Amino acid sequence: MTDPLQPPPKKNPQVRSPLAHLPPVPRSRAALGLTARAAEGRFALQQCADCGAVQYPPRDACRVCLSTDLPWRDQPPMGALIAETTIRISPDLYFRDRMPWRMGTVRLASGVSVLCHLHGDVRKGPVRLILRLDRAGQGVIMALPEQEGPDMADDPQLRELGADPKHRRVLITDARAPTTRALVRALLDAGAATVFVGEAEPWRRWPGRDALAAMDRVEIVPLDLTDSASVREAAGTLGGKTDILINNAAFLRPGGLLERSDTVFAQQELEVNYLGLMRLAQGFGPMMHARGGDGVNSAAAWVNILSAHALAADPAHAGYSAASAAALSLTQSLRAEMRGGGVRVMTVLTGPPDDEWHAEIPPPKVAPRALARALVDGLQRGLEEVACGDVARDLVERWQRDAKVLERELAEGAGR
Amino acid sequence: MTALQTLAAALATGAVEVVDLTHTLDPDFPVIVLPPEFGQCARFRMEEVSAYDHRGPSWKWHNISMSEHTGTHFDAPVHWITGRDRPNSAVDEIAPENFVGPVCVIDCSQGAAEDEDFELTPDIIAEWEGIHGRIPADSWVLMRTDWSKRRGAEYLNLREDGAHSPGPTPEAMRILVHDRHIRGFGTETVGTDAGQGMHYTPPFPAHHTLHGAGRYGLQCLAGLDRLPPTGAMLLAAPLKIRNGTGSPLRVLALVPGKDAT
Repeated sequence: MTDPLQPPPKKNPQVRSPLAHLPPVPRSRAALGLTARAAEGRFALQQCADCGAVQYPPRDACRVCLSTDLPWRDQPPMGALIAETTIRISPDLYFRDRMPWRMGTVRLASGVSVLCHLHGDVRKGPVRLILRLDRAGQGVIMALPEQEGPDMADDPQLRELGADPKHRRVLITDARAPTTRALVRALLDAGAATVFVGEAEPWRRWPGRDALAAMDRVEIVPLDLTDSASVREAAGTLGGKTDILINNAAFLRPGGLLERSDTVFAQQELEVNYLGLMRLAQGFGPMMHARGGDGVNSAAAWVNILSAHALAADPAHAGYSAASAAALSLTQSLRAEMRGGGVRVMTVLTGPPDDEWHAEIPPPKVAPRALARALVDGLQRGLEEVACGDVARDLVERWQRDAKVLERELAEGAGR
Repeated sequence: MTALQTLAAALATGAVEVVDLTHTLDPDFPVIVLPPEFGQCARFRMEEVSAYDHRGPSWKWHNISMSEHTGTHFDAPVHWITGRDRPNSAVDEIAPENFVGPVCVIDCSQGAAEDEDFELTPDIIAEWEGIHGRIPADSWVLMRTDWSKRRGAEYLNLREDGAHSPGPTPEAMRILVHDRHIRGFGTETVGTDAGQGMHYTPPFPAHHTLHGAGRYGLQCLAGLDRLPPTGAMLLAAPLKIRNGTGSPLRVLALVPGKDAT
């Protein structure tokens, strides 16, 4: 049984904050395939297209027939723990801080044996495997007990492989966004210590403010992503205790490229969706980067909620698609820089939400609660890429299959 | 002594004082809010370019952005459809003598304190003229409401049925523009019209009537309680923007000093 994780004590101001040491980093290109699957939350291994042999560790040629055609295929995650060891001493800075550390060998039904981290409740015999990203953003395998147990997520080795909101302080950037109430609720249910919610332009009244302000462990704070001074001020106030930042601000106006003769809405789309993210990154990024190793409530994750059309433009939302693509690109750079501090960056790609600016689009649409559920699940599993809703999942799949075909399909009906 | 020498002496002795009627350009200052499918008035924004650092070693400066109608600002006739064909209707075309002139202040502060939809009516104008005399042609008329003292959401005072703030009735505007031939009309609220001004006939009577007659508007003025009902001089020069429909500006008034003899 896992001991429930206790809220962190107040920090001793005379003690240096712990550094965010990272697990060893260099990997082969083949092994990065493991990272890519882990980023999406899949349990996949290479499987030879010619002879069907499952491969581990990742490699360039089949261990049986030397074929180089080794696509990644989802595998049944069940196996048996056949050997285990407990590491008590390591010269590696990351593991040295976390001793003792259990590792083991698990035999899969496909016959391969994988080296993996062990959950504290795992004993020899049947186990369930997960493929997750470690603190350095690399795919690693961990064995869990077959059955879910209480407080299982509080296992210290497992918690390292995610960004669980439990006992962490979260900043949601836009209080007015239709997703905010559901996000707050889901994060509190997941055990978040405090949820800060950013409010722009308090001189405009908005419905729902009183209900939000009245919630326990919720604080409304001034934050306007389009105003550099406001973001600096908020980062100066909250940057040191923002453990998870969720950027749910979005601005869009529907319309094709040729429907307007100005750049007024396009500028606002860039101001919020792209430059807003940049301002947040410049304000909060360095402080979160510095706190990646700061104990139970260390800085853990940055989440951007973006339209799935960041991948491939919807010509009926031309400006918004372009701004979303810019934000997606910036997210990749942010992820690269935050990795050194042990802070994850997650992108949640969504289909059309059920709001006033997608009124022309028929269902299915993404309900705020579904988005909140997917986002919290993504945090708990430490994912980098989450597609939320049928439309987004379908779009990502088609994009992975053939981006050019998808572009043409999305263009149907435009320009008529 | 010439008139200007007299003025210089009066400024030096404090017999004439300079009063600032301008709100600070601040990112958080309210702007007019339109239905969201329309283009919106840009808020004031300031981006630091350098601050004596690696981005510019010895100097500090900012890039700023805003709408022509952000903060304390001037409305030119071309701002409104009724004024689009007037000659010299853009800020860069207006003759500079229009930017300096006498000002009458009608105090509606008590009424506005009691009724957020308070109207400036012909009766109020008549009452004012009964005390201070007929409004002179080519003078500014400012509607004092002390609205500039409101903060935050109280300023626009938006509700589900729109904004609620004081302003003039269509008939009051007709009298001021077509009978008194004023130069322009100014308010302490976000526009020259009342918050509910779209429900008059014509809608937005201050904009409609003023600009249709080639006259000017001033809005988001501050501190009109520091002006006398008559006898002050208004200095309100917009930026010289080509084809500009308005401009943020610094509005000053020359008023009799406290010790004026």
